[in-house]
Amino acid sequence: MTGKSGTRYSSPPRARGHYLNMNFDLTEDQEDILEAVREICEEEFAPKADEIDRKGEFPWENVELLARYDLSGIPIPEEYGGLGADFVTWALVGEEIAKACSTTGAIYGANILCIYPIYVFGTEEQKRKYLVPLAKGEKIGAFGLTEPNAGSDAAGGLASAVRDGGDYILNGTKIFISNAGEAQIYVVTIKTQPRRGARGMSAFIVEKDTPGFTFGKQEEKMCFHALANRELIFQDCRVPAENLLGRENRGFRVAMETLDIGRIGMAVGAVGLAKAALEKAINYSKERIQFGQRISTFQAIQHKLADMATEIEAAELLMLKAAWLRDQNRSFGGIAAMAKVYSSEVCARVTSQAVQIHGGYGLMREYTVERYLRESKLFEIVEGTSEIQRSVIAGHVLK
Amino acid sequence: MRIIVCIKQVPDSGEVRFDKETHSMIREGLPSIINPFDENAIEAALQLREEHGGEVIVLSMGAPHAEEQLRQSIAMGADRAILLTDRRFALADTLATAYSLSTAIKKIGDYDLLLFGKQAIDGDTAQVGPGVAEMLGLPQITYVREIQVADGKVTAERVLEDSYEIVEAQLPALLTVVKEINEPRHASLRGVLKAKKAEVTIWKPEDIDAELAKIGIEGSACSVIETFTPEPRTGTEKLSGTSEEIAEVLFARLRQQNVL
Repeated sequence: MTGKSGTRYSSPPRARGHYLNMNFDLTEDQEDILEAVREICEEEFAPKADEIDRKGEFPWENVELLARYDLSGIPIPEEYGGLGADFVTWALVGEEIAKACSTTGAIYGANILCIYPIYVFGTEEQKRKYLVPLAKGEKIGAFGLTEPNAGSDAAGGLASAVRDGGDYILNGTKIFISNAGEAQIYVVTIKTQPRRGARGMSAFIVEKDTPGFTFGKQEEKMCFHALANRELIFQDCRVPAENLLGRENRGFRVAMETLDIGRIGMAVGAVGLAKAALEKAINYSKERIQFGQRISTFQAIQHKLADMATEIEAAELLMLKAAWLRDQNRSFGGIAAMAKVYSSEVCARVTSQAVQIHGGYGLMREYTVERYLRESKLFEIVEGTSEIQRSVIAGHVLK
Repeated sequence: MRIIVCIKQVPDSGEVRFDKETHSMIREGLPSIINPFDENAIEAALQLREEHGGEVIVLSMGAPHAEEQLRQSIAMGADRAILLTDRRFALADTLATAYSLSTAIKKIGDYDLLLFGKQAIDGDTAQVGPGVAEMLGLPQITYVREIQVADGKVTAERVLEDSYEIVEAQLPALLTVVKEINEPRHASLRGVLKAKKAEVTIWKPEDIDAELAKIGIEGSACSVIETFTPEPRTGTEKLSGTSEEIAEVLFARLRQQNVL
């Protein structure tokens, strides 16, 4: 019961005077784009997805396809080399890509973490130099925040940058960075005032071949074997001052806004993967015969499928609402965190049930759902663990 | 260089039905696609443009809704598209079609290369490409699986039944391509959005100064008397057993029927 002195909870966009336009229809452009994307995904990405994971080599051929089909800069204006569509379209396209090939979906998701902060915080010159090739897909990007001692505690890093004339000198190490070693453009957040914590961080754009900037070995992971994850190692790496992204010591804000969009990206990947798993489970249940009938006729299987479909629908709506709020230039961080934690946990449940429905075959590599189950774990951890998401959400709820 | 690709809108299915009165195909209700070999021709043109620069123009003759396939070719990357559509063009055989297309190609002018698919999957005649070449007095190379352009010449590899043939011709020339020449690309997202806004030029017989006696049903030398689906053969027999047993029975039967 909420007394007079109590707080009335309303979800973030529903402040006074704001009403949601409850139209779930896609625009004609979105329909046409998705139709084209589905065809590309079905014929170009899906057939190679298993093999890409098994080989464990970064799929450059798919990165080239992202460029060829204009999939890299969907929400970026045309003047900066993008498609000039919105974030809802970007999210829907990402979902299709992740559904067809989760590795390619993860590259698409990691790429936006570099594109977005340059788009939002970059100077005109930085946008011309870095955003245009990224949005066109001629180059791919990566974003470096995490350090050995700074994961959830994003401001706890030790890497530092010191001003020296017209340059900054970067030292330190970032870990687990997606697309690292493959990407040509990096956005990193690094301490410029080490004692000031979050208020002493700055963001920089660093090019791959900058002297003093090297990479660690490719990390071996339980999943996403072909996704590049490496250390970024800075040893007296000189970066020109014009590559400072946003203002000095204001890099934490750059990081947080980037993570907000990244959380939508994680939800996109999780929903796409969950849909792929549901589709496999539905198809298998219609083919598999036990006790003389298709297992899809058993209530035990039907109820599983019903729960999977319902949860995916809810996750997708949260994810799309977050993207839509971004398109309206409204605060979307809270909903993005909800979308991320909910979608990733739905993905974990759905992929697990997909394996269960497949029975013994579900454990076999050949049936793909075991890969989905392994991959689902990534979404609960990367770009803010489920626990951190809940803290972010609680921060919004208790505000 | 200027490349003109001629494409045909064809029904996307083996489920083709025919009108008993006019003996022409019932196109309503069948989803339409770009004739697959013509898609290969578009892809070949786009690759040549990537290599040599220039422009790719796609030309078609057909019903007004063939505009959709022309838009699709713009989505793949063609620069512009022209559709010959008018009642007077309708029901053309390959002769009248070749005449109409060649007249339109003359009107476009300044072309270096004309590309066609080797044949359409609905009519399977493989006559329109060669017909256009004859009417325009151009060298033609059919069944091409590889194209190279240099110094005002085209070198093409032709697929023959048991061999390949490499043929050189002066530009302008007309080529018809086979499936194995390439893998047609999908539409890019920019292409999809561009195609929606693109204007497809519509030409009527007057626009290309076509002689009315040479187009459409008037200008056709052939008329279709009857089209039908052959009755499935009956009386087939399946032989079973080991290979040797089957061979023995088969041999005896063929002997019986004086085939051997």
